[in-house]
Amino acid sequence: MARRGAGLAGRTWATATALILTMGLAACGGGGSSATNASSLRVLDYYNIEPDKSIYAQMLDACGQQNGVKIEREIVPGANLIAKVLQQASSRTLPDVLMLDNPDLQQIAATGALAPVSDFGLSADGYAEGVVNASTYQGKVFGLQPATNTVGLFYNEDMLAKAGVTPPRTWDELKAAAAKLTSGSRYGVAFSAPANYEGTWQFLPFMWSNGGDEKNLASPEVAQALQLWVDLVKSGSASKSVLNWTQADVREQFQAGNAAMMVNGPWQFPVLAKTANLKYAVVPIPAPRAGATVVAPLGGETWTIPRTGDAGRQAKAAKIVECLNSDANQLSLGKKRTTVPTKTALRERFVAEVPEMKVFTDALQTARARTGELGADWPKAATKIYTAVQTALTGGATPEQALRQAQNG
Amino acid sequence: MADTHGRGGVTTYRPSNGAARAATSVPARWSARRRERLLQLAFLVPAVAYLLAFFGYPVAQNVVMAFQHYTTATFYTGEAPWIGLDNYAAVVGSAVFSKALLNTALFTLGSIAGQFVIGLAIAVFFRRQFPLSRVLRSLLLLPWLVPLIVSGAVWRWILDQDNGVLNRFLGALHLVADRPGWLTSTSLALIAVIAVNIWIGIPFNMTILYGGLQDIPEELYEAAAMDGATGWRAFRYVTWPLLRPVVNVVLVLGVVYTIKVLDIILGLTGGGPANATQTIATQSYQLSFQQFDFGQGAALGNILIVISLVFALFYLRASRGAVRG
Repeated sequence: MARRGAGLAGRTWATATALILTMGLAACGGGGSSATNASSLRVLDYYNIEPDKSIYAQMLDACGQQNGVKIEREIVPGANLIAKVLQQASSRTLPDVLMLDNPDLQQIAATGALAPVSDFGLSADGYAEGVVNASTYQGKVFGLQPATNTVGLFYNEDMLAKAGVTPPRTWDELKAAAAKLTSGSRYGVAFSAPANYEGTWQFLPFMWSNGGDEKNLASPEVAQALQLWVDLVKSGSASKSVLNWTQADVREQFQAGNAAMMVNGPWQFPVLAKTANLKYAVVPIPAPRAGATVVAPLGGETWTIPRTGDAGRQAKAAKIVECLNSDANQLSLGKKRTTVPTKTALRERFVAEVPEMKVFTDALQTARARTGELGADWPKAATKIYTAVQTALTGGATPEQALRQAQNG
Repeated sequence: MADTHGRGGVTTYRPSNGAARAATSVPARWSARRRERLLQLAFLVPAVAYLLAFFGYPVAQNVVMAFQHYTTATFYTGEAPWIGLDNYAAVVGSAVFSKALLNTALFTLGSIAGQFVIGLAIAVFFRRQFPLSRVLRSLLLLPWLVPLIVSGAVWRWILDQDNGVLNRFLGALHLVADRPGWLTSTSLALIAVIAVNIWIGIPFNMTILYGGLQDIPEELYEAAAMDGATGWRAFRYVTWPLLRPVVNVVLVLGVVYTIKVLDIILGLTGGGPANATQTIATQSYQLSFQQFDFGQGAALGNILIVISLVFALFYLRASRGAVRG
């Protein structure tokens, strides 16, 4: 998922100034590798919203108890995590266990601040390939991710039934269905295309499923995917406001009945469940053609072990990361947070227990990591993608031109 | 200082003083003066240390950073290779730069013009005392007190194309045929962002200008009225010339504050749609904190600092004028 609840505006110059200042004050540091028998471990993550906050609190405490350590957990808002981590990296005060949004892992691993999990006898064998790719930097695995997610197409069952529309499976069907479902102040479909990585995240399943690739954005495959979005907005089947909608805004539109279908993820289930009289279901993101494979982006957070210079603490930290990734905990997280376990062997059992997650679990079979190809260069490409999407959607250029401009920076 | 010198001079030449006494008292007084000087320096030290640590150091660091390939890795390793002017070449050469520069200029000029004219009009209006005028004046400070993130979120709702209050209102009055995309149209987004920033800036302008108006003696208006200058003419020939020094200060401070506005743009549009509201400040922020290219972000930040410095010099001149005036 693209940073749940992360208002980009939250990060301000204050953060920047604080960061610069701490860099200067960070001269002191704890060197030398000593081994102590730690009685408590520092954990840093960004699950600051319920129910995630307490689900992880319970799980971390239980894992701590199993390993005889007390967990001192610090939670920061998603938007502030990277600034915090960089500040801690420069002052050598990184926590023992660090959670990172999966597309950020390679960026932080590149600093040298993280220890490969193989140092502690852990491995990512049996994890979905895309998940392992996201946590791998220069051939080594630096994090284990217990849960993942992606996007699908949610639809309002009553609205589709009334309009006599079946859930679309291809792009053509999507356009036709969206057009038919658009009436009055109601749009056929809603998605999120703002000027940030959330927009990129939502566009990726369309771009990747059509064979598009972030290494070369100026390709016909990417242009066709962008043309689909342009057609939906131009025809009036989707609101022009998609340019400024977050995924939470999209969900609100869907809840309010202003959109018959929406592109969104399973983290919306708990909120949607609270909406009275809303009957909805989920299908995979429509494919370019019948029978084509849908390639969706992988979301979720990975757990890492920073190099704190204390072998004893690091060993304990590895135990906590291992515990969070145990079969039982992967399944438990999946059920409680509506995420998908990353160990492929758990899939069948999971879907049997939580049928509503089937669409997402299936989609993750072929899902890709955002940083799988470009690694630490991903942010530049992601910026180009959302800029091109916005340029084309506002009619500033054709999809081909917009992508070419973006590619050439 | 001048005071001590004066007294010292008088004592030395006082005729009733014996030569011997004078000989001992001069070094004693000299050392007293020295002590006082040291004391004065000691009072200066905290302020200077504060300025150096919290303004000098970050600025110097930012200048240095712009010449380095400064990435996330640098934070851990401390290594940032020198790359000369590459960062400047990259940010100035990028396709967004000219657009961001133009947007910054339009945003700053538009915001200041609006804030100043409306702020001045309200300040002049509140010169008269009327029932509840104090309460109303305090209420006008509200936009200043609301956190920018909050006002950003509220304005985003108000300006929403489909369900926003503004479009509902305009639609009900049949003022617009189609719902304008205040934040989603490339031609309107900058105007909308400027309008919100004007709303935020009015209290600042009003407060300072109102303070300036209080300093203009009432007799001048009475005298002007005797000569037949009332209303607009009184404003033109009495208020305006006497308010000029304050006006200069308000305008220059306004430029320095507005040129670096970040939160409100990020909150409303994130620099979009399609870079329509991208400014040097938002672009610098994105380079540093989203693309993790801190060197390029710093380079852009430095360009902004230089522009601000030019206006800061104007400010210093203007504020000197204000003190004299």
